[in-house]
Amino acid sequence: MSGTFLGMPSFPRAAREAVRDERLRRNLRHATHTIRDKRARAVAELDDWAELREAGKRIKDRTLRHLDTYLLELEERVTAAGGTVHWAEDAAEANRIVTGLVRATGEREVVKVKSMATQEIELNEALEEAGIRAYETDLAELIVQLGEDRPSHILVPAIHRNRTEIRDIFRAEMGRWGRPAPDGLTDEPAELAEAARLHLREKFLRARVGISGANFMVAETGTLVVVESEGNGRMCLTLPETLISVVGIEKVVPTWRDLEVFLQTLPRSSTAERMNPYTSTWTGTADGDGPDAFHLVLLDNGRTRALADETGRQALRCIRCSACLNVCPVYERAGGHAYGSVYPGPIGAVLTPQLRGTTSEIDASLPYASSLCGACYEVCPVAIDIPEVLVRLREEVAGRGGKGHRLEKAAMKAAGWVLDHPGALAAGERIAGAAGRLLPERLPGPGARQWTDHRDLPDLPAEPFRDWWRKNRP
Amino acid sequence: MRVALFVTCVNDAVFPSTGVATVRLLERLGVEVDFPSAQTCCGQPQFNTGYRRETAPLVRRTVRAFEGYEHVVVPSGSCAAMVRHHYPSFGPRAAALGPRVRELTEFLVDVLGVTDVGAYFPHAVTYHPSCHGLRLLGLGDRPRRLLEAVRGLELRELPGAEECCGFGGTFAVKNPDVSAAMGADKVAHAVETGAGVLCGADNSCLLHVGGTASRLKAPLRTVHLAEVLASTEEEPWR
Repeated sequence: MSGTFLGMPSFPRAAREAVRDERLRRNLRHATHTIRDKRARAVAELDDWAELREAGKRIKDRTLRHLDTYLLELEERVTAAGGTVHWAEDAAEANRIVTGLVRATGEREVVKVKSMATQEIELNEALEEAGIRAYETDLAELIVQLGEDRPSHILVPAIHRNRTEIRDIFRAEMGRWGRPAPDGLTDEPAELAEAARLHLREKFLRARVGISGANFMVAETGTLVVVESEGNGRMCLTLPETLISVVGIEKVVPTWRDLEVFLQTLPRSSTAERMNPYTSTWTGTADGDGPDAFHLVLLDNGRTRALADETGRQALRCIRCSACLNVCPVYERAGGHAYGSVYPGPIGAVLTPQLRGTTSEIDASLPYASSLCGACYEVCPVAIDIPEVLVRLREEVAGRGGKGHRLEKAAMKAAGWVLDHPGALAAGERIAGAAGRLLPERLPGPGARQWTDHRDLPDLPAEPFRDWWRKNRP
Repeated sequence: MRVALFVTCVNDAVFPSTGVATVRLLERLGVEVDFPSAQTCCGQPQFNTGYRRETAPLVRRTVRAFEGYEHVVVPSGSCAAMVRHHYPSFGPRAAALGPRVRELTEFLVDVLGVTDVGAYFPHAVTYHPSCHGLRLLGLGDRPRRLLEAVRGLELRELPGAEECCGFGGTFAVKNPDVSAAMGADKVAHAVETGAGVLCGADNSCLLHVGGTASRLKAPLRTVHLAEVLASTEEEPWR
């Protein structure tokens, strides 16, 4: 992950802009609350939700423990079914492989299924450098691409846009890339969808190369699975002659039976549906049916490093449902762009620093982009204890003592000394009480500002509790 | 019954009235209260900010201070959650304190088996269930049952009650703009209920919400649950 997100300001600075953007706040509040409430209803319908959640967690943990075995099994099955498997250690290698495969077909354009992995490696940008145009075909990704924008949500990447903005983007941009928006296009959702349908149809019918990710890969048969709502994915997976799928290595599950759990928990957690409208599965290639060349690019890009972290590895259970984004009070106010990665929200705050490391300003600030309220953990369908991982990553950042953290550490040490000496603590409390204010007012640390920038402080009591106790309960 | 009061550092230094109220309430219910003076802070601010090593001495101190007590009562869901959920990672001796620590409403409802504590508080009140009490301790309807039994008190539903107030310890200063926006929304929801009192069981959250309300000049005051429950007709609280 690099390029587009390089040089992002730290989370608090990026969030400051978003908090002040009234329209963005309104769009996000409306959208996240709508999905959040629907999800709660969809989940409440199942009386075995807790068991499904536990099962999903265990299946993923077991698979991750034996990841090497299942990946080799998967490779063997995919190959036996007529596919070709490629292994990519990082984004650059994956982009090189995909670019080479497209070039070999002689094509200059590809159609894409919505895919987090290809966004993570910034495949579209790599293809563009090689003179290949990648067309996003998911409605929201199309909006983002046409608007030369960045996605701000895993499931609904254009969540920061309202329908009037979408109409304006369609009117201004569709004609540059193909069929223009119909004359007199309004912001009615049905009209916007029809405009996208017409614009995309000619791409589907013309494309000879499709690129996808996958929600799951079933090791026992070498089958890939994509779940979606719009049907564009199915078009991209079946119409082109060549299909290239870029998939993170953590997406493998051992058997079809394991899918039973996730095909219940994923749609209910993400779109709040009992079942998603389209579930496409494919195994290698088949004569006269679908693509006749299939390539699977297995992507590491930091995943094995995350796997080595006993606490952090649970983030690899993620099935990208985005339920955690929709309940997160910080995401709702900061918006997705502030996270500086294609993985925003609580899961992004634990995934990105593990995939990219914590050395850049934005990545080092992500573990702190949470009040640790725990709403994310509560809704996670694979029980990722996000607050636990956040604290573990804070330890990594603080332990390195980078920018601002040295002062913070000194303050923590000083506070620790006072708190370990009740006599000194009581003296400090009395001084503060006499002065009528808390000491110190400012917490040293990166980006920390005064408490009183936004809030008043209460009048300090004349005496601390311990003095009251000594006088009244001798 | 004899219990130890773990008043917490925030209450000790900034909200001693909550400690006094807890003592008065427990004594009224026939409980003998001790205050082991070796106690200071549970270490949560250090721990949650990523300073595990700096947390360890505070964990040791807290564990030592409360050794020998069967019940340790804490008027803070957040500090109780720290001890119960995170102390086990500091070794078996620290882990042993977890089950003996009771957040105030847990102690009242589960150990003493009371919901009507004989309180009188003639005000319209709305209740904010702080995140750690709600999600880590699973306090459930304990605070509500206690409040509903208070004579004169009119309990009003807080919209978006389960949403974080935006305090989050050092989050409040590390991400001040998001924290302030969350606080302002919490204040707005509380004001919407028409209740003049926002009650909670965690003074650190109330410090943030109350400070925000004061800055916004909102007609709202924040009161810890212990102070509501300590209030009687004979000895009204504030």
